[in-house]
Amino acid sequence: MSKPKLGVFKFSSCDGCQLSILDAEEELLALADRVEIRDFLEATSASSGAPYDISLVEGSISTPEEVEKIVRVREDSKMLVTIGACATAGGLQALRNWSRLDLFKEAVYPEPKLVRSLEKALPISDYVGVDFELRGCPISKEQLLQFFSAVLRGARPRLPTNAVCFECKRKGNVCVVVADGTPCLGPATVDGCGAICPSYARGCYGCFGPSDDVNLKSYASWLEKSGVERSTVKLLVKGINSYSKEFRGWLEDLE
Amino acid sequence: MSKRIVVDTGPLARVEGEGSLVIESLEGKVLDVRLNIFEPPRYYEAFLQGRKVEEVVDIVSRICGICPVAYQVSALNALEGLFGVEVDEQVQRLRRLIYLGEWIESHSLHVFMLAAPDFLRVPDVLALAKKEPDLVKKALALKHLGNGIVAVIGGREIHPVSLKLGGIHKAPTREALQCLTAKLDTLQAFAEEAVHFSAALEAPSFKRDVTFVGLREPSRYAITGGDIVSNRGLHISPSAFEDHFVEHQVEYSHALRSLTKEGGSYMVGPLARVNLNFEQLHPKARELADEIGFKPPVTDPFKSIVARALELVHALEQVKEEVEFYYEPARPHPSYEYREGTGYGVSEAPRGVLYHSYQVNRKGYVEKAKIIPPTAQNQVRIEEDVRELAPRIIEASPEEARRLSEMAVRNYDPCISCATHFLKLRIRRL
Repeated sequence: MSKPKLGVFKFSSCDGCQLSILDAEEELLALADRVEIRDFLEATSASSGAPYDISLVEGSISTPEEVEKIVRVREDSKMLVTIGACATAGGLQALRNWSRLDLFKEAVYPEPKLVRSLEKALPISDYVGVDFELRGCPISKEQLLQFFSAVLRGARPRLPTNAVCFECKRKGNVCVVVADGTPCLGPATVDGCGAICPSYARGCYGCFGPSDDVNLKSYASWLEKSGVERSTVKLLVKGINSYSKEFRGWLEDLE
Repeated sequence: MSKRIVVDTGPLARVEGEGSLVIESLEGKVLDVRLNIFEPPRYYEAFLQGRKVEEVVDIVSRICGICPVAYQVSALNALEGLFGVEVDEQVQRLRRLIYLGEWIESHSLHVFMLAAPDFLRVPDVLALAKKEPDLVKKALALKHLGNGIVAVIGGREIHPVSLKLGGIHKAPTREALQCLTAKLDTLQAFAEEAVHFSAALEAPSFKRDVTFVGLREPSRYAITGGDIVSNRGLHISPSAFEDHFVEHQVEYSHALRSLTKEGGSYMVGPLARVNLNFEQLHPKARELADEIGFKPPVTDPFKSIVARALELVHALEQVKEEVEFYYEPARPHPSYEYREGTGYGVSEAPRGVLYHSYQVNRKGYVEKAKIIPPTAQNQVRIEEDVRELAPRIIEASPEEARRLSEMAVRNYDPCISCATHFLKLRIRRL
C-alpha cells in the first residue's frame, strides 16, 4: 500500500495545534516514515501539492482569502480533519461574533479601514464538509497519534464523547466544584485532555468544547444555586468554544 | 531594455505563521523590500476588554502556540505589579523554570528544525534526519526536555494551565522536577555540541550598526522580567516602554511597526540578549563563546543561531540550579485586592522582549489592553537586513535567492501568529 499523502494547513490560529505534531518528539520520525508529507509549511519548505489523502486543518475562517483556500483544500482532500478549537468551533477569535467587527477594528488599529476581515470568524464546517474533528486548545498529542494509528490501519478513529468528569473521577481528583465551590466546566466539556485543570486544582475552562450529552442550562442553574454568579458562568462559557453549537445556544438564550 | 527583477518567496516555510517576502530591483538597484504578512488579525486586544483579570493569563496564552508561557508571564507581571501582589519566592522560581522550559523547547525547535535545514541545504528536519540521524535524535530529546519541564509545571506543553494571578494553582513536588533533570548531563553535552555545530555553519555575514534592546535584572540573566536596557545607554522601567518605543503606521501599510522614539529600528531576541547581558550568562556558555570566537558586540544577524545555542547551554545549567534550590512554596496563591489603574509587564520571550499593559477598573475587569510582541519590534530590522543582502539575492539563482531571503528573515525566528493580532500587512518603499 502506498503511503497516505498528508497536508497540514493553517488558517486563523496560534500555530499551537500544528506544533503538537512537531511536539510528538518521540514519535515524529516514525510517523514521518508512515505518511508522505506533501504540504506542511511550518515544518518544511518542500511542497508537492495536491491531492491529499488526509488534510489536517488548523484555525478558523476569518478572511475572504481563507474562504477560497478552504474550498480548495476540501476539493483536494479525501479526508479533511479539523485540528483544535479554532477549526472546530471558531476559537477565541470567534468572540468577535458576539460584538461588531468595526468596534473590534477600532479597538486595535489606528486606521481600521485598511484591515480586511470577515464580519465573523467561523468554524471550518460552516464552509465545507468535515470528516473528523480533533478537539482542544490545543489538541491532545495523544489523540493526534491515536488518530493516525487508527487511520493508518484503515480503522475509524474513536475518541471519547463523555464529559471531563469521567476522567477526573478515574484520576481520583477531589471535585473542585463540590469541595471548593470553584466554577468548573468539566460537566459540560468533552474529555480528551485527561482532566488537566482539575488535576491542577482549578476549574476546567472548556477548551475541548461541549460533550455529547451536555445540559448547560441545568448545570448553570445548579452553579448559581451554589453561589456562583451568572456573570461568572457566562464568562466561562463565552471563551474558547463560545461559538460551538451547544455553548452558543445557551449564550444566545441569555442575550 | 531595463532589467527588472522581482524576487517573491511565496509563502515562507518554517516560520510560525504565514508571510512572504518581496524584493524588487531595477537595473541592479534595490527598489523595494516588503515583508508581507497575510496572517489574519485575531483582535485579542479588543476581546480582552470586559474580561475579568483572572482570565487574562489563559486568554493571552492563545496568542502564540510557540511561546504561551511568555504571554502568561508578561501578563502576570503587569497585573501583579498593579495589584501589588508579592509573589512567593518559590513560585517565582517555578515561573523561571517553566519559562526556561519554553526557551529550551523553542530554541531547539528553531536551531534544528527551522533554521539548520537552510544552512545545510535540505528542505526540513526529516531530510536532515536522513543525513544526520544522531544529531536529530538528540535535538528531539533536548526539545522533549524543554516540553517536559513546561508540562510538569504547567500540565501540558502548549497553553499550560497552572500559572495564575498571584501565584500558581498547584506546585509540583521536588521529586517530579528532579525526575526531569535526571537525564540532564547527556543533554548538556549535546547543547555544548550545538554551539560548535551552529558556529561552524556556513552563512553570509555582515556587520551592522544595531540597536539591541533587551531586559536586565541585577542578579541574573533576565528572562521572566526586568528593566528595559539598550546598547545605547537606555535603562527604563517597563512602565516607560511606550515613552521610548513608538508604534508607527504609514500610509502604504496596513500595520503598526515599532521604532525607537528617535525613529530608529532595533533588534530584540537572543542576539540582543547575549550582547547586552553577556557577563550574566553561565560561565560554561561564556567559555564556549570564547572557544568559538564569539566576542560581543556581535552584530551579524546570521549569528543569531549561535546566540540561541549559547542560550540553550545557559538554560540547561540554569534549570539544574533552579531545581536544586526548589522546594514546594509556602504561599502558592496569596490573596490580593483589585486596584484601578494601569499595569505594565515585560518578559523575554524566546524571540525577545514581550510588552503588555492593562488598564483595569476597580471591579477587576480589563478596560484596555496593549500587547507588543517581539516580532513586531524586529520587523523593520528584518527588512533592513534583507535590503543589505538584496544585491546578493538578486544576483543569485532563483533557488538560492529564496534560500538567502528566507534565512535573513529566519534569523529573527519571526512569530507571525503573535505579531498579527494587530498587524496585517506592511510595505516599505526604499
